[in-house]
Amino acid sequence: MLRDITLGQYYQTDSIIHRLDPRVKLVTTVCYIISLFVVDNIVGYLLAGLFLALVIKLSKVPVKFMVRGMKSILFLLLIALIFNLFLTPGEVVVSFWKLQITKEGIRQAVFMAVRLVFLLMGSSVMTLTTTPNQLTDGMEKLLGPLRALKVPVHEIAMMMSIALRFIPILLEETDKIMKAQMARGADFETGNLIKKAKSLVPLLVPLFISAFRRANDLAMAMESRCYRGGEHRTKMKPLIYKKRDGLAYGAVFCYLVLCVVCGKILW
Amino acid sequence: MSIILDHVNHIYEAGTAMEFAALKDINLVIPDGQFIGLIGHTGSGKSTLVQHLNGLLAPTSGNIYYNGADIHDSDYNKKELRSKVGLVFQYPEHQLFEIDVFSDVCFGPKNLGLDKKEVELRAYAALKQVGLEDEYFYQSPFDLSGGQKRRVAIAGVLAMQPEVLILDEPTAGLDPKGRDEILDQIANLRKETGMTVILVSHSMEDVAKYVDRIIVMNKGQVMLDNEPREVFRHYKELEEVGLAAPQVTYIMQELKRNGFPVDTDIITIEEAKKAILDALKI
Repeated sequence: MLRDITLGQYYQTDSIIHRLDPRVKLVTTVCYIISLFVVDNIVGYLLAGLFLALVIKLSKVPVKFMVRGMKSILFLLLIALIFNLFLTPGEVVVSFWKLQITKEGIRQAVFMAVRLVFLLMGSSVMTLTTTPNQLTDGMEKLLGPLRALKVPVHEIAMMMSIALRFIPILLEETDKIMKAQMARGADFETGNLIKKAKSLVPLLVPLFISAFRRANDLAMAMESRCYRGGEHRTKMKPLIYKKRDGLAYGAVFCYLVLCVVCGKILW
Repeated sequence: MSIILDHVNHIYEAGTAMEFAALKDINLVIPDGQFIGLIGHTGSGKSTLVQHLNGLLAPTSGNIYYNGADIHDSDYNKKELRSKVGLVFQYPEHQLFEIDVFSDVCFGPKNLGLDKKEVELRAYAALKQVGLEDEYFYQSPFDLSGGQKRRVAIAGVLAMQPEVLILDEPTAGLDPKGRDEILDQIANLRKETGMTVILVSHSMEDVAKYVDRIIVMNKGQVMLDNEPREVFRHYKELEEVGLAAPQVTYIMQELKRNGFPVDTDIITIEEAKKAILDALKI
């Protein structure tokens, strides 16, 4: 049941996308998100969809796996759809009671939904093809210049990597505790909201205790290996750009140019 | 009255690169009142198997019957099944959550919808069965020692008065004394109540002394299924899959090889003692 959440999970396989430098993937994801907010016409969205499809194809991550992750934002998606559909002023197409659906509303709603789906898929391609460690390494390197401004870049990256690393562990733990309590007759599904909220106590208390226990163990393990932050710390596998990374940057640049051009021509 | 597994398969993450067949064509009959040791190396599928027995996991294919009824029929009452087939997970102390020991043990029977008095009677009886002294009843479960916590957690399942008790590695992480105490109590409990007990373990020593049947799992399949003596006769095969017969069996084999006329079908220290004394008498 909890395995359906794919956000922030790594999918183990070997592909060109997996082998790319994490910095490339981070920059690409940011660029892709920006491009989604820049384009405002069908051609632009087709282009964005095509780019995403190409990357997913290259990444060898099964599409089924990505679609499963969509379930978690279904609710958000519905709200965005409904609000845009009914609350955009313009040329009325259908109206009943006090609600109106406008032409602009339909357009807006569809675009918003597509944008959200692409957004989530785009970022999950990154997390699915990059291990949390690579991701934070990339982030640390990209944000490196901020160190001059006394921003604790390494510490932030370390916190992020620990947080990301713990998502699957805590999910597994939740699954285990849920099963253990179900074996004692606990019921997490039926009942009204209050009863459901109350039924979470036997799940949340052990989960928090276990999270603290793990945090404690981890702190101890780090200290016993003399971890003391980013000062003078070297990497076992330093990030070095390869030829394919340059090519990838080129491809992303082309994509961005195309997006802008599309927007300009059809405006 | 029994549990029957009929061609049970279980595949984790089917359809992804992580696809993994945890159980492959399992066929078992578990009659009432048997004391069973389920042995296997880490990852052999034993934990997955026991989670099928109370319906927490559904088989990818195959059927499971409890007392003649298919537990995955749409109208089958799973909650009742879980009260009849009590499952104690690995490190069960990680599931404790109440403010005191007694309320935590009450959680199970309370979920069965029993009245307050019955709930408390059952909780009290269960705590007595695992040998916890009264002075601990109103302490926070988090203040207890590891062994005591585990007993409280086992009592939490016993309080539902199951007909079948499954314990997944109940001795993991305990010291030898704590281990023997827990196992002795389980054996006593079984003698008193006559319930079916399934003891999951990777240690032959643990189970050899107590059980009347051993099921050895390897890579998701049942490798051996027989009474302990018969199973340990295959000690060479057991070694190949990372398991072993009890150490005393090896000693007897060694003695025999060196010309000391003893019986090698020995699985406990008491038996070994008797066999050696007998051999010396001749």
